[in-house]
Amino acid sequence: MPWTKVLIDDEDLKTALRKDGLRVTTYVNALNEAHRQLLDADPAVYVIGEGVDDPGGVFGSTRGLLAAYGPDRIMDIPIAENGLTGIALGSALCGMKPIFVHMRQDFLPMCMDQIVNHAAKWHYMTGGKCSAPLVIRALAGRGWGSAAQHSQTLHGIFTAFAGLKVAVPATPYDAKGLLIAAVRDGNPVLFCEHRWLYGFEGYAPDGMYEVPFGKAVVRKPGTQVTIVAVSLMVYEAMKAARELERLGVSAEVVDPRTIKPLDRAAIAESVRKTGRLLVADTGGVHSGISAEITAGACEDAFSFMKAPPARIGLPDCPTPAGAELEKAFYPGAADIVACALRLVR
Amino acid sequence: MEQLSTQTQIDLLAAMLAIRAFENRISSVYPQQEMKTPVHLYTGQEACAAGVCANLEREDMIFSTHRNHGHYIAKGADLNAIAAELYGRTGGCTKGKGGSMHFVDTASGCMGTTAIVGGSIPLGAGAALALKMRKSSNISVSFFGDGAADEGVLQETLNFAALKKLPVLFVCENNFYATNSCVRARHAHGSIAARAQAFGIPAETADGNDAETVYRAARKAAAHIRAGNGPYFLELLTYRWKGHVGPDCDYEKGCRPKAELDEWMKRCPIELYAARLAARGVISQAGLDEMKKAAEARVDRAWSYALASPAPGPEDLLTDVYRAAGESA
Ligand SMILES: Cc1ncc(C[n+]2csc(CCOP(=O)(O)OP(=O)(O)O)c2C)c(N)n1
Repeated sequence: MPWTKVLIDDEDLKTALRKDGLRVTTYVNALNEAHRQLLDADPAVYVIGEGVDDPGGVFGSTRGLLAAYGPDRIMDIPIAENGLTGIALGSALCGMKPIFVHMRQDFLPMCMDQIVNHAAKWHYMTGGKCSAPLVIRALAGRGWGSAAQHSQTLHGIFTAFAGLKVAVPATPYDAKGLLIAAVRDGNPVLFCEHRWLYGFEGYAPDGMYEVPFGKAVVRKPGTQVTIVAVSLMVYEAMKAARELERLGVSAEVVDPRTIKPLDRAAIAESVRKTGRLLVADTGGVHSGISAEITAGACEDAFSFMKAPPARIGLPDCPTPAGAELEKAFYPGAADIVACALRLVR
Repeated sequence: MEQLSTQTQIDLLAAMLAIRAFENRISSVYPQQEMKTPVHLYTGQEACAAGVCANLEREDMIFSTHRNHGHYIAKGADLNAIAAELYGRTGGCTKGKGGSMHFVDTASGCMGTTAIVGGSIPLGAGAALALKMRKSSNISVSFFGDGAADEGVLQETLNFAALKKLPVLFVCENNFYATNSCVRARHAHGSIAARAQAFGIPAETADGNDAETVYRAARKAAAHIRAGNGPYFLELLTYRWKGHVGPDCDYEKGCRPKAELDEWMKRCPIELYAARLAARGVISQAGLDEMKKAAEARVDRAWSYALASPAPGPEDLLTDVYRAAGESA
């Protein structure tokens, strides 16, 4: 199925999609298109955030929206994240559907009060009388010495707050379909995008469609080890799986696509089949989403496990700036391969 | 108005020249892509840092932002160490951990810089709280931009600083832009200084491109604070010549009008001041050339040091996460 495919190189693209005449687009274009279609379809949708009207258009994801929809619906803001989150939330409680954009996830802690204490809890606190359809897009980045305050991947911690949903799309297909689903969902959703995915290509239909929350997808079937990979790590896991195949190890790659809700059933099903679990996350290992995924798999499929589960993610230190230190900080396909080999041997 | 001492006039010019030379060097080498860190250049705003820091003692403390180079150079930070930091080397002021946005030089009172907009505002006030609690006669300075004034933390900090009469100088460099958003698109009311006044803090808006104007305003502010009267607020109107980040300009991308930039470039703080000193007979053309050469030479030395410094290795990744027991601060 083209929408489950993760294409790790150009060769893949040609053979998998172009030959079938399927539409190939980049992650960033898929996002941009989702915005346009959402804005066209529903006058309650508006886009708000620092620089959404900028010529750069938040790395291209909101490019051209100002010209098409005007400043009432594509709204730049003062640098006042918490207050503006509350304002967007207030509008959402009264029928609007804001998409709030942050260039970097590092700015989320600035709006923690409104996200955690207000948005996530409003529906429950009001006995279901008021819903809060607020979608917050937050970009993770890395590289070029951005250091400790400009390269964090905070998706994991936000899964701790009941009432909030968290999406981590890895493919153009999911980026578009999950954003549309998020805006239509009626709940507060944190939508986490990794900047390195923006140029990646893949299949995405031109029309409007939804990717359901809480449904994982098997990116590659395998029998000996399950690799649950989040966001950018899906690509690293696919590269690793190809290398493992060459080494005679059959790996299954599972992409949860949303981490709240998390498709525990799909992960457990895979672990029951392979007997081994490796979780690869773009976030930190300590108290990260890899801990939750691993614990869930142990609860659901412990008796099937032939090896202790393993996790790959960021080490427990802030992001370093220097290029050499960055290299040591970020894990990739080679680490996944080495870890998977330890599990199977 | 009484004339500043010759030495002060020369010092102001020298500080601005040092900043300009440092930033120009970054601009010229950045395309080599060996400096793998974002750079937010201070070019065009030199009079602000020079004028404020000339009123500070070495033990006074400053906190700054992503656009920190000027403040640190004017406060007397070690040029070698900050240059090496731009290259992520072990000889860098944070040993390659912080990069361009997290310079530090505690020996000269440069207490750190934040990449989170508004973050420097309460830190400066907190340092002032510590100074006051420890009965120090020193003061602290929070440098920040007009963008940071958007953050709620400004009002929270102003209130507390006024309440506790903290020895803190708030310096808002209003360069009219936050990334590419013009201040008119973000502020309903023109005066940032008025916000401080609302808390009873004396505040002044001054021409941030005139080194002497800044110097006099900061001198008055510092005297007020050192006399135990609590905080003071300066809003300095200035302009950055380069894009928000990186050595290029940005008008060609439609981020701001070229005519506006041209107008401000005509008001180059360094040329303005050099011309004034020449008219007063304080420096000659030869003297100015000499000063420029000296600034270049300092930058040359800093770059030699930086490039000779080794890169950290993977074994350095997990150091400095925590302070070890018994290790001194
Ligand atoms: C809390 C937070 N929000 C957004 C950003 C992104 N950002 C970096 S610099 C900047 C503009 C800052 O403008 P200003 O404070 O005026 O300083 P200037 O760049 O003009 O020196 C923004 C929005 C950030 N770093 N931190």
